[in-house]
Amino acid sequence: MAKTHVTTSINGEATEFLCEPNETLLAVLRNELQLTGTKEGCGSGDCGACSVTMNGRLVCSCLVLGVEAEGAEIGTVEGISNKENLHVIQEKFLEHAALQCGICTPGLIVSTKALLEENPDPTEEEIRYYLAGNLCRCTGYDKIIRAVMDSAVVMRGDA
Amino acid sequence: MSEAREYKYIGQRTIRPDGFDKVTGRADFGADLSLPGMIWGKILRSPHAHARINKIDTSKAEAHPDVMAVVTHQDFPAVTAGGFAVGEGQVDFKDLSKNVLADDKVLYHGHPIAAIAAKTEAAAEAALSLIDVDFEVLKPVLDIAEAMKPDAPLLHADLFTQGLAEQPEKASNIASRMELKKGDIEAGFAAAEVIVERDFSTPTVHQGYIEPHATTVRYEADGQSMVWCSTQGHFDVRAIISTLLSMDLSKLKVIASEIGGGFGAKTTVYLEPVALMLSKKSGRPVKMAMTREEVFRASGPGSATRSRVKIGARKDGTITAMKAELNYAAGAFKGSPMAPGCMTAFTPYDVENMYVEGYDVVVNKPKAAAYRAPGAPQAEFAAEMVINELADELGIDPIEFRLQNAAKEGTQTIYGPKLKVVGLVECLEAAKNSPQYKQALAENQGRGLASGFWFNIGGQSSVVINMKPDGTGTIIEGSPDIGGSRASMQMMAAEELGIDISRLTPVVADTEHIAYSATTGGSRTTFATGMAVIEAAQDVVRQLKERAAAVWNVTAEQVEWEDGVATNVASGEKLSATEICQSAEKTGGQVSGRANINARGAGPSFAVHLCDVEVDKETGKTDVVRYTAIQDAGKAIHPSYVEGQYQGGAAQGIGWALNEEYIYSEDGVMENAGFLDYRIPLSSDLPMIETVIVEVPNSFHPFGVRGVGETGIIPPLAAVATAVSDAIGVHMGDLPCSPPKVLKAIQDAS
Amino acid sequence: MAKVIFSSELQLLTGEDHAMVSATNYRDLVAELLSRYENLSEGEIMKMAVAIDGVVIPDPLLESVSSSSEVHFLYRISGG
Ligand code: FES
Ligand code: FES
Repeated sequence: MAKTHVTTSINGEATEFLCEPNETLLAVLRNELQLTGTKEGCGSGDCGACSVTMNGRLVCSCLVLGVEAEGAEIGTVEGISNKENLHVIQEKFLEHAALQCGICTPGLIVSTKALLEENPDPTEEEIRYYLAGNLCRCTGYDKIIRAVMDSAVVMRGDA
Repeated sequence: MSEAREYKYIGQRTIRPDGFDKVTGRADFGADLSLPGMIWGKILRSPHAHARINKIDTSKAEAHPDVMAVVTHQDFPAVTAGGFAVGEGQVDFKDLSKNVLADDKVLYHGHPIAAIAAKTEAAAEAALSLIDVDFEVLKPVLDIAEAMKPDAPLLHADLFTQGLAEQPEKASNIASRMELKKGDIEAGFAAAEVIVERDFSTPTVHQGYIEPHATTVRYEADGQSMVWCSTQGHFDVRAIISTLLSMDLSKLKVIASEIGGGFGAKTTVYLEPVALMLSKKSGRPVKMAMTREEVFRASGPGSATRSRVKIGARKDGTITAMKAELNYAAGAFKGSPMAPGCMTAFTPYDVENMYVEGYDVVVNKPKAAAYRAPGAPQAEFAAEMVINELADELGIDPIEFRLQNAAKEGTQTIYGPKLKVVGLVECLEAAKNSPQYKQALAENQGRGLASGFWFNIGGQSSVVINMKPDGTGTIIEGSPDIGGSRASMQMMAAEELGIDISRLTPVVADTEHIAYSATTGGSRTTFATGMAVIEAAQDVVRQLKERAAAVWNVTAEQVEWEDGVATNVASGEKLSATEICQSAEKTGGQVSGRANINARGAGPSFAVHLCDVEVDKETGKTDVVRYTAIQDAGKAIHPSYVEGQYQGGAAQGIGWALNEEYIYSEDGVMENAGFLDYRIPLSSDLPMIETVIVEVPNSFHPFGVRGVGETGIIPPLAAVATAVSDAIGVHMGDLPCSPPKVLKAIQDAS
Repeated sequence: MAKVIFSSELQLLTGEDHAMVSATNYRDLVAELLSRYENLSEGEIMKMAVAIDGVVIPDPLLESVSSSSEVHFLYRISGG
């Protein structure tokens, strides 16, 4: 199969890659671009470990083709913090011990950021439903939900 | 045990040392390593649940230009029967070698048959169809009761039941029988005034870690081969591979990647020996990763069970007799966690007469792996359900009933020794005082409570602490960190050294950089590796004091150590750890502390969980509305991660109780091998999970630690099922309490 | 003399539920048991853990045993 040349932007950086027409964006990120912060838990859109944003919209990168990234803006976990500091959400995840093994964490942080950009003041229930596509087997979600609520407070500037 | 000791670091909620890497995506997990020249391996899996393999023809695959290596069972050296204890218990190498790649029979749908390595994952996958396998399809047996029948299809012609008084002459699917006794069971039931007896079943479930098994390996014919993998125990991976591939330990370096959940199922191997053989044949580094579907079909799972429990009590609430028959499905090869199931079933109770009988049964399902407190959730589920029903019949509050019969210090267990100091009574009291227990139930709601017991284990741990010239230190350990244990190692070392945690870096080293350490499992790491960390830190302190003494020209006995500072008792002069390390080259070279231990005196951890559910009687759907998890930690080193273990265990147990199960077709094919259909709890399925950390110290650990990882998964099964039973007024003895089953129970009752 | 209590599994081999053994350490105690019960094999016993006075020891060899000790052989517990 002839590879396709794709021009895209990843975490604000102009990026080019070659990929097979049937290769997923997840595979491209991980295998071609060595951006392994985005994880694969299922490859079928059920676990959210591969969450990235595409033109600001939250997507499962295992359900997006690499070629679809043409001309798009992709955001991954590697782009959440700036060079100096962790993002508030990352700090709050650490402060609340919202991770145990940490395999779900990149996806959850990307999803949480998308949630709080959409809805800066979510209720516990809204958080639980928004993040229902991000599976975590370790924590029972309690501390994740608390970290998200606390992030929202800080990001709104209420604290 | 220094109970009066004031702690500076222990008990604080510090930021975990590996946290930065985990929230930024920098942490490298099993599938995250790629090597120059690396190719990909894929496995051909059985389309049948039970079949004889007449012939495997790999010639077409081998001839394909994309294919760089093909392996089958025949490529591995013959492994003689038997095994030895590697951390997690007994490993039967012959069985393991046949599970990794089938020999003459496939025993479950998804059983590996051959593996191919090719330049890309897609090419390897595509080439699998070029392998021809000639099968003679056999009838599968999936259910425990069916498999135990004398005329059942046999999985292994050479499997004879162990543990019988008479050596059996006929092969069978019953691998072993176990019996535990205490007192006189008949007399116990004769003395009972009320007796409840029930049958129970629990389904095959999966540990459900989010990270699939993955490995990257490089075989070196002359030098040292390298295995990078996601595992709970890289030293045991080394031991297993060295046996299966007949390699010297020194020819193998195993590196434990960050691990994305294991819960027991990453204590064995699936891909690693196969990948290494592919690498050997191709001369290239090889990466293999399971798909989620492969994880479900061919790794884990937790044993299905069928059991019967009978308990008798006097009207005053004294339990007089407890009896159980516990049957566990081992999957394709012997070795379910039947024994620990038998040992734990009744351990929360101080009762004179007990009898437990267990059977380990092979069926055409993937070989069961350990799953968090292996065997205990299924056994204690059945026991706790009957306890609750009996309390109900006697008209006694379930907490009072348990308190009246609770195991405590000196209680004779059914499996051997008497209990040392344990915290069950304290957990029950905490449950009684919890806000949830005092809250009234609304309509369609039900409440359930259950206890849980798990032994916890000790075992071998090795630790080295290297002090650097600026007075900071590196803690080198050999225990893969699944849930934040590096944070507790850092805190324990800081406490002992008296220096700030930020000055200590914990590292999980590969098999070349630290001595053998047992697998992370059995809730052992904070207890046993923690003990080694403390001992190594003490070794550092001893040396730092000696260095200071030398500088002052006094004896080490004349030096006191506090808050990271040495004080000359006579003169009052002081030298900090940093100062001593800065001039270490002048006082004899750098300072390293070391400890190699085989920890004993692991302290059992008891738990009590309280669950309130609400059942939608139209649909049968159950929502957990309130939940409290109470457990004895001995001492919580990092309370947030202790709570996290309680909450995570509760969530897994809730999933087991309400939704999770392998659904099989008649010919033995799992029909729900994905997260969409095998539904683990989502954030929208659960409420906040309240926790209470009870601390009854374990006198064998310097800080009182017991280990907390496993017990939390035990009580939810009965707590949830009792709550559902309570809400709908029908006894729910067959898990899971999924909507169709609950709806049917409601309809049958009305 | 130390009191050794046999599990039902071991009772199949020893024919009794306990034995009084005079030994000062685990190794000598096992040697004494092996000489006393011919059905008992070293392999069988070595794969078990031992509890001496309530403390579970996963890999015993030289542990001391006192004249008032209670000794149980038990299944090696692993975990998840
Ligand atoms: S890997 Fe994409 S949703 Fe699971
Ligand atoms: S922390 Fe392990 S899956 Fe979420």
